[in-house]
Amino acid sequence: MTRIFIPRDAAALAVGADRVAARLAQEAAARGLDLTIVRTGSRGLHWLEPLVEVETPSGRVAYGPVTPADVVPLLGAGILDGDTSESDNHPLFLGPTEEIPFLKNQTRLTFARCGVIDPLSLDDYRAHGGLAGLTKAVAMTPAAIVEAVTLSGLRGRGGAGFPTGIKWKTVLDCPDARKYIVCNADEGDSGTFADRMIMEGDPFVVIEGMAIAGLATGATKGFVYIRSEYPHAIDTMTRAVGIARRAGMLGTSVLGQGSSFDIEIRTGAGAYVCGEETALLNSLEGKRGVVRAKPPLPAHKGLFGQPTVINNVISLASVPVILDKGPEHYRDFGMGRSRGTIPIQIAGNARHTGLYEVAFGLTLGEIVDTVAGGTATGRPVKAVQVGGPLGAYFPRALFDTPFDYEAFAAAGGLIGHAGITVFDDTADMLKQARFAMEFCAVESCGKCTPCRIGSTRGVEVVDRIGRGIEPEKNLALLTDLCNTMKFGSLCALGGFTPYPVMSAVTHFPDDFVAAPVVEAAE
Amino acid sequence: MDRHLVSSDIATSVAEIISDLKHLEGPLLPILHAVQDTFGHIPNEAVPMIALGLNLSRAEVHGVVTFYHDYRSHPAGRHVLKLCRAEACQAMGGDRLGDRAKRRLGIDFHQTSADGSVTLEPVFCLGLCSTAPAAMLDGAVHGRLDAHGLDTLLAEVGA
Repeated sequence: MTRIFIPRDAAALAVGADRVAARLAQEAAARGLDLTIVRTGSRGLHWLEPLVEVETPSGRVAYGPVTPADVVPLLGAGILDGDTSESDNHPLFLGPTEEIPFLKNQTRLTFARCGVIDPLSLDDYRAHGGLAGLTKAVAMTPAAIVEAVTLSGLRGRGGAGFPTGIKWKTVLDCPDARKYIVCNADEGDSGTFADRMIMEGDPFVVIEGMAIAGLATGATKGFVYIRSEYPHAIDTMTRAVGIARRAGMLGTSVLGQGSSFDIEIRTGAGAYVCGEETALLNSLEGKRGVVRAKPPLPAHKGLFGQPTVINNVISLASVPVILDKGPEHYRDFGMGRSRGTIPIQIAGNARHTGLYEVAFGLTLGEIVDTVAGGTATGRPVKAVQVGGPLGAYFPRALFDTPFDYEAFAAAGGLIGHAGITVFDDTADMLKQARFAMEFCAVESCGKCTPCRIGSTRGVEVVDRIGRGIEPEKNLALLTDLCNTMKFGSLCALGGFTPYPVMSAVTHFPDDFVAAPVVEAAE
Repeated sequence: MDRHLVSSDIATSVAEIISDLKHLEGPLLPILHAVQDTFGHIPNEAVPMIALGLNLSRAEVHGVVTFYHDYRSHPAGRHVLKLCRAEACQAMGGDRLGDRAKRRLGIDFHQTSADGSVTLEPVFCLGLCSTAPAAMLDGAVHGRLDAHGLDTLLAEVGA
């Protein structure tokens, strides 16, 4: 019996993975072939999706991107033969999956199982090192778990980069009987999809991370707040929680060790601002997703006024490997105060799009030119937006910036959720600046005036610059407006929208010079 | 005070949803999702019932319904096409795709074609930024869309 692996990750489904799987199943039935199709998460080599892997005695061999029409020729080329002596002539042959440079050069700690296992098989999960972290955690004191997470140097992967261990310690130190773990899966930033991939490809690691957080802080209830734009992730996480509960990984006695922890999956309702932690808490409580002023911190008064750990999906999913292999193992990757690995998401106009987990410290240029291989269109790279819609646009002149929280802040940008969106030289940066303001206007929760009103005024000012109306005066006005938004907004939406706007103005000034307006004859 | 009668089938379903879900912590969004899943929108009649059931004011429930982009005050067309308009899709020609969809359907975003077949909606990121430009048609995802791919989707829904 030969096992064939085809992803069911949404990115693979979007380019026809289901049709490929159906065609293969149909052909296998017609020919009486002895094969099993295993649906996995994605390996993250998205430009090669649908990526089909065939199990051979010497490991998995990959073919891609496969269309339904390729199925019969691939079978004809002998992909099921057990050796690749003939099928390696096929144009879609990619060789052993693990040897593909894009994958081979990664350090997969958080995403070690993603794309490898059947996401909903707890046996697969265990066989590939799953539950080792939680097994250790149940034998540890809460303070020792918190200490391990602190030592690892893990910082919030949602974008803010706050040390996870310190957040946990704050909640642990609260005497309250009722505490919560909230997993922020409201991944709304364009150019990011790591949360979606891990929830679809290895949901148990998120559950395990939350259970460890519960043990560490004394919280007994967890919520995963997933955006409604992610129906596949919602479905996979919901089913995984059910399986975990039945297996005793969740419930009144986690792994039979007496501590109680359970998880509920909640669906967002299309508000980008709910990715901000306090807006998310309000949304979970059934309120408008309006940002709260801090203090009080969510760690002191969070969900329903109780002490709450609110962490990004990737932060929580990185905890099991830290407990399993030890905080030093994780901490020894990275640079400066950015420890461990970061799943970089390469998006937009790049030749090699997908997820690349690596230690902090690669330069932006290495990521864009070497890992991503430049643009998909083959044109020169003009700008790279790092960190989603609130992240700065970087020109080639700043490509020596190392991927590190502090280095990006020093260069006038942010890592955010580590999404990188590549633009070629056809991009119009004035249009991108206008979009940043427009997006902020659409998504503002309305609490802070600079964000609510300033974003709309921002669109108008950019439009005036684009039409060549008093450009110097309007550029000064835009700069002033951005300053007001940056310092006068409670959260990152109003506070960081100036990053894409001002980086576009600063690094691409030519795009803000309007073509001369031809005056109509009197 | 509303004097009009609540149509009985809506009232029955909404009452059932409320009684099924009101035990949850923070039950309002799950209830609204269930109501919309059942009716395709949030019927006006549902708002006072939910308010009463959760001991909230009608203004509070109305405020929540109108805050979130997902909740509709009217039913959508028979099909809903969501086109991603965010940066990664822009970098791969998403704007041109949006213009084409609007032209082919003769409508703008947030509108429904005259025959009621398709509602066109913008979406800011489907998490398919590595297979851009992306769209979602009735919950099914589509990536690497070009003009031909879009036309094929539109043909599928008879537009």
